[in-house]
Amino acid sequence: KTTRGMLSDSRVFDACENRKSKRRKKQSPTDFRLSRLRRDSSGTSRSNWKINTMIMKTNNSIYLCRQSFFPSRNSCSPVQFRNSSFIHIHAMKVKVLSRNPDDYVRETKLDIQRVPRNYDPSLHPFEVPREYTRALNATKLERVFAKPFLASLDGHRDGVNCMAKHPKSLSTMLSGSCDGEVVWNLTKRECVRTLQAHEGFVRGMVVRFCGTSFFTVGDDKTIKQWKMETPGYGEEEEPLNTILGKSVFTSIDHHQKEGVFVTCGQQVDIWDEQRSSPIRSFSWGVDSFSCVRFNPVETELLASCASDRSIVLYDMREATPLKKVIMNMRSNTLCWNPMEAYNFTCSNEDYNLYTYDMRYLDKPFTVHMDHVSAVLDVDYSPTGKEFVSASFDKTIRIFPKDSGHSREVYHTKRMQHVISIKWSSDNKYILSASDEMNIRLWKANASEKLGLLAPREKAAVNYSQKLKEKFQHHPQIRRISRHRHLPKSIYSQSKELRVMKEARRRKERNVRKHSKPGSMPVVTEKEKHVVTVVK
Amino acid sequence: MIDICLFCNQPPTRYWEGTEEEGKNDGKKQKEGDNNEQTPQQNNTRTKKGGKRGGKRGGAGKKVISGKSDPFPGSAPVPEEKLNKFKRGVKGELPPRPQYKLRDVVIRSEAASDLAQKQNARYDLMLPEDAGFLEGDEDEDTCTISQDDIVDAVDITAGAKYFSLTLSQFGPYRLDYSKTGRHLLLGGRRGHVTCLDWQSKQLMLHTLTFMAQKKWLYIYDNKGIELHCIRKFNDVLRMQFLPYHFLLATASATGFLQYLDVSVGKEVVAICTKAGRLDVMAHNPHNAIIHLGHSNGTVTLWTPNQREPLVKMLCHQGGVRSVAVDKTGTYMVTSGMDKKLKVYDIRAYRPLQSYFLPAGASCLSLSQRGLLSAATGDIVQVYRDVWGIPVTKPYMAHRAKGSVWGVHFCPFEDVLGVGHGEGFTSMVVPGAGEPNFDGLDANPYRSAKQRQEWEVKALLEKIQPELIGLDPSQLSQVDHSTWEQRHVDRVQVLGFDPLAKEKFTPRLKTKGRSSSGKVEKRKKQVAHEDQRIDKERKEKEKKKAAAAGQKSALDRFRK
Repeated sequence: KTTRGMLSDSRVFDACENRKSKRRKKQSPTDFRLSRLRRDSSGTSRSNWKINTMIMKTNNSIYLCRQSFFPSRNSCSPVQFRNSSFIHIHAMKVKVLSRNPDDYVRETKLDIQRVPRNYDPSLHPFEVPREYTRALNATKLERVFAKPFLASLDGHRDGVNCMAKHPKSLSTMLSGSCDGEVVWNLTKRECVRTLQAHEGFVRGMVVRFCGTSFFTVGDDKTIKQWKMETPGYGEEEEPLNTILGKSVFTSIDHHQKEGVFVTCGQQVDIWDEQRSSPIRSFSWGVDSFSCVRFNPVETELLASCASDRSIVLYDMREATPLKKVIMNMRSNTLCWNPMEAYNFTCSNEDYNLYTYDMRYLDKPFTVHMDHVSAVLDVDYSPTGKEFVSASFDKTIRIFPKDSGHSREVYHTKRMQHVISIKWSSDNKYILSASDEMNIRLWKANASEKLGLLAPREKAAVNYSQKLKEKFQHHPQIRRISRHRHLPKSIYSQSKELRVMKEARRRKERNVRKHSKPGSMPVVTEKEKHVVTVVK
Repeated sequence: MIDICLFCNQPPTRYWEGTEEEGKNDGKKQKEGDNNEQTPQQNNTRTKKGGKRGGKRGGAGKKVISGKSDPFPGSAPVPEEKLNKFKRGVKGELPPRPQYKLRDVVIRSEAASDLAQKQNARYDLMLPEDAGFLEGDEDEDTCTISQDDIVDAVDITAGAKYFSLTLSQFGPYRLDYSKTGRHLLLGGRRGHVTCLDWQSKQLMLHTLTFMAQKKWLYIYDNKGIELHCIRKFNDVLRMQFLPYHFLLATASATGFLQYLDVSVGKEVVAICTKAGRLDVMAHNPHNAIIHLGHSNGTVTLWTPNQREPLVKMLCHQGGVRSVAVDKTGTYMVTSGMDKKLKVYDIRAYRPLQSYFLPAGASCLSLSQRGLLSAATGDIVQVYRDVWGIPVTKPYMAHRAKGSVWGVHFCPFEDVLGVGHGEGFTSMVVPGAGEPNFDGLDANPYRSAKQRQEWEVKALLEKIQPELIGLDPSQLSQVDHSTWEQRHVDRVQVLGFDPLAKEKFTPRLKTKGRSSSGKVEKRKKQVAHEDQRIDKERKEKEKKKAAAAGQKSALDRFRK
């Protein structure tokens, strides 16, 4: 027997105090006498018969007794207690649940309600089915609230060809069109500054790492450096620096820390900001390049996409390129993963994107398939976990970096071929520039609630996120969370592609079945698209 | 509580003073294989850990600025039995090292669930209320203690829970308590219905009331207005409401078990049980399965998803009079015309105890803490722990004024409601109710606003009737059979097995070590090794299969 904290419980004392004489009569003659005595005395002098409550502690149980006869209260000691003429009246112990409502309801109306918790699993039956239902509801709500499109920035008078993020300011963004260029303020969604940079297309632009100036290249064979600040009243809009090149430049990128930038066109040129001629030029066979990018971590490394279907890696400190991989089709652009900077993803003409590990170029790490037309641009999220791609099929898709298929597709009725795409540095927004002169602002997470969240709201969001993750493989939840509406053309085209691929695979399998074992090796999807690696 | 007492009883010197010496002693004892030394061992490891942590943090170890060392370094130990209470599932094996990402995910999630388990167990130590109890004198039976004695002994509010309502006009009463235990619904056989807040004795109606009248099922709102008369549900004798599914299960005199979805007002399914008049019904609160008792002595288990009973158990010789299932879904108590009271383990479908009651029990009810009340004629007996050691005497007994028609324990209170021929009696049964309720699940003290909020949330997470099954946690288990089928399909589509082992091709070695003879030898070695491993694996599987192939108690119900 254990006592279960009875000592502190005044109700047990009450139990002894309130007991009436009904049962006492049955017990012993002394008992009987006592109660009669008490009854006699009750009218006259109660103080003589004051009831003392004593606690007698034995080995492992505590008895609560009423001790009613004592010569004097002050002389009571444990020893005396045992030897005295103590009458054991009864030892029934009872406790009944009796909650004080004040402990369970709020004191005033200004307080919040009290919610006592008990996490005992037996009080919460159907844990799994209830969680599943919550996850299902959360998934449905996510689809209900998936409204990714935020704003359209219109103002260009020709298709937008390139964009640049500001490294220091989240709200500033630059865009270059086929006839000039514009600086945008994203929070107000308005154009801040317009300048006529080049004659003809603006092919590429990049903001210097310090954010005070930016470089542009155009079809007029020039590289121009501009101040980020708007010229004051009366001042003329003039470039800080202009370099005249020999051929058309197609892309530009700036070093992360030093005053060095790189351009590409007929060859890849590395320029010092202070000089008017390149400090180094790379070319590997006679060909033109479409994109060049500095590695964000190993800052001396470069990668470029050439039109001979190859991706070439360079070290800025060396005189010759490092190595190249030749693929089946041409890559348009590439982007380094900002977190795992040995990985890069290139967007290819064959509707796919390929993520390579720089060290092992013989086959891509992952092949990302879902687009139904050439992929034109790609940009990583700053967390390095996802990237977004822009395609000629008029859609934007978001891929997890290690998954073969996209998790999200964005499209609108009016958006035409998407040429350039950027993921904002706060990981929340995506900017897409398309043919029909518009720049569109999207949420990176389609169902995310923007603005400040209350702590409870945040907790609820996290909880439902975790639930969705827990039950993501259940068929109903997976079906709902994967469901996307697609324009009819893209839907039918993707279906067609699937059929074609299936037919090809079937044929290959049949051929293998009827040929000599081992003569038709299995070529995986990853290996299919690489022709060779040259060092 | 118990553990705290344990620590208090030990002299404090043993706990933290002279840890090193004690550690050595402990080590020796451990070698000797002494089992009784668990607590000091734990303490010792604790202190060591704490010391390490202190060292990592830098500074003077576990010493405080005042120079004294912390006598209780690290977090307080959590008793094992509390931890087991919050254990969910069994830890599986970690995936092999090459699958390092999956391994990482598994390790992290297990760490998180361990932490949650520990925190829950800690929280459980601090719950405010303790359960009630009744203990007699050494030579005194608790069943001889009358209600009046208890009422005299306890405080006024608790004493007020013993009361009787004299309602002799409309005949024997059946009753039900609401989920929070605040409201009491009484239904007289001759057409009298009352709903009251039984603590304040105020007449009031709960949100929705379902009543089976002689012919049809009726629904009344909180003002007592008849909302619906559902003619699809005719001759209903017994009803059970499944609160998490919003289903009303009814058993009718025509032998139909029908489910009504209360949230949308549609009949989910009507099952013809082909077992005659159904007037014995209980539901398993653990998995929402309906138990029906029949006149041939069988108890059948039903879900809305299957037209056949899941399980058919022969429980009594003669008809079944009453069935009750406990809160955790482990035990089922039945009473029959053969005057027996039987306890079954319904996870294994195994009889545990069988008692003979001279009068036979007409209605049974199980409380949240496992007390069983059985009504025999006009006497209500309460038994404690009927599934443990065989019980000889009741825990409490009480004589009602008329023959008893319904007994129900009030949730979260030490109260047993008894409906009888002369009205209703509310008995005080110490130790019946769960002392600590969960405010988000069933809060007896909730305000109107809280109730509204709870209603919305409960409706949002209404469990679909398709999910009712014998094991409610089945949704969280991996479906191996489907995976295997999918793998077979995949192999067929691809033309090769992507998970198959690669064929061994010996590496090319120089200096004549790759002569064809040596290559063959190496191949043979590998093949032999493979064979051996395969053989071992098969043997292991065989053993496992043999162990699993033993007949389970369930097989007898299989067709």
